[in-house]
Amino acid sequence: MENLLKNKNILIMGVANKWSIAWGIAQSCLKAGANLIFTYQGERTRDAVQELVSGIPGALLYPCDVTSDQEIIDLFDNLKRNVGVLHGVVHSLAFAKKEELAGAYYNTSREGYLLAQNISAYSLVAVARHALPLMTEGGSIVTLTYIGGERAVPNYNVMGVAKAALECSVKYLAVDLGPHNIRVNAISAGPIKTIAARGVKNFSEMLKTYEEKVPLRRNVDQSDVGDTALFLLSHLSRGITGEVIHVDAGYHILG
Amino acid sequence: MIFEKVRDIIVEQLGVDPEEVTLDSKFIDDLGADSLDIVELIMALEEEFDMEIPDEDAEKISTVGDVVEYIKAHSKE
Repeated sequence: MENLLKNKNILIMGVANKWSIAWGIAQSCLKAGANLIFTYQGERTRDAVQELVSGIPGALLYPCDVTSDQEIIDLFDNLKRNVGVLHGVVHSLAFAKKEELAGAYYNTSREGYLLAQNISAYSLVAVARHALPLMTEGGSIVTLTYIGGERAVPNYNVMGVAKAALECSVKYLAVDLGPHNIRVNAISAGPIKTIAARGVKNFSEMLKTYEEKVPLRRNVDQSDVGDTALFLLSHLSRGITGEVIHVDAGYHILG
Repeated sequence: MIFEKVRDIIVEQLGVDPEEVTLDSKFIDDLGADSLDIVELIMALEEEFDMEIPDEDAEKISTVGDVVEYIKAHSKE
């Protein structure tokens, strides 16, 4: 596995702290020899992410608030100048208002709906558009989704609807980018304890019931998702695009 | 002992000086934490003390003393 991503430049968007799924993916990519570039969102997470990234020799760090077209443009300008060719993008970011991740979905505000779509789904479209000119040797784009985008999961609400848009975007982007030998896939992860997940009401209870029910009788963690992302970023998955792979200990097959 | 461990985690997570952290310190009013800081803190405490702090309990925590008491009552150690 050591050389799967050797000399590959991989952009990882969505590290906020050491529990982030994006950070788990970074660990898998590192073991596979990748050169990593990270983004952070806003001043609030800058110091924490900088500290994490400083432990990785040669890793680059840029700001990128995905609600800003200008910041996305600046990011890819920086990448063009300092990295040149991009081989992979990991899109592991989403946002919804905490108060809209509980109770009835019909209470979702227009503003909250658009915010969730903007950060969690549209950002992939914008990032793919700007990554395309840099992926001159082909590439792989991986995003993170959740079964709440396919079925109604209690409390997931507006984020489920955003994930549905994200998964559908994966398909359309896969069609657009396929001729450039760029693949676009999603990982649908089981519930993982992250800062973001804890924003969903009753999340800790959910982890417990999951563990008792799923075929593998355990919860998945950041490393499970990280290794699947590594597979999707590497040439091992060269025949796969437009796919949603469930890394959920088998939850999605249960009736 | 528990207090010292908790203090170290708070110092690391919130970037405050150790002297600022007393049993009476309120996370939001005295230590400048926001809601995300508190979630991160809860995660770090769960890791350090190998325990689960459910959301409904986490919501009740407002001072450093609350955390120490909670860990004394629920820790496996």
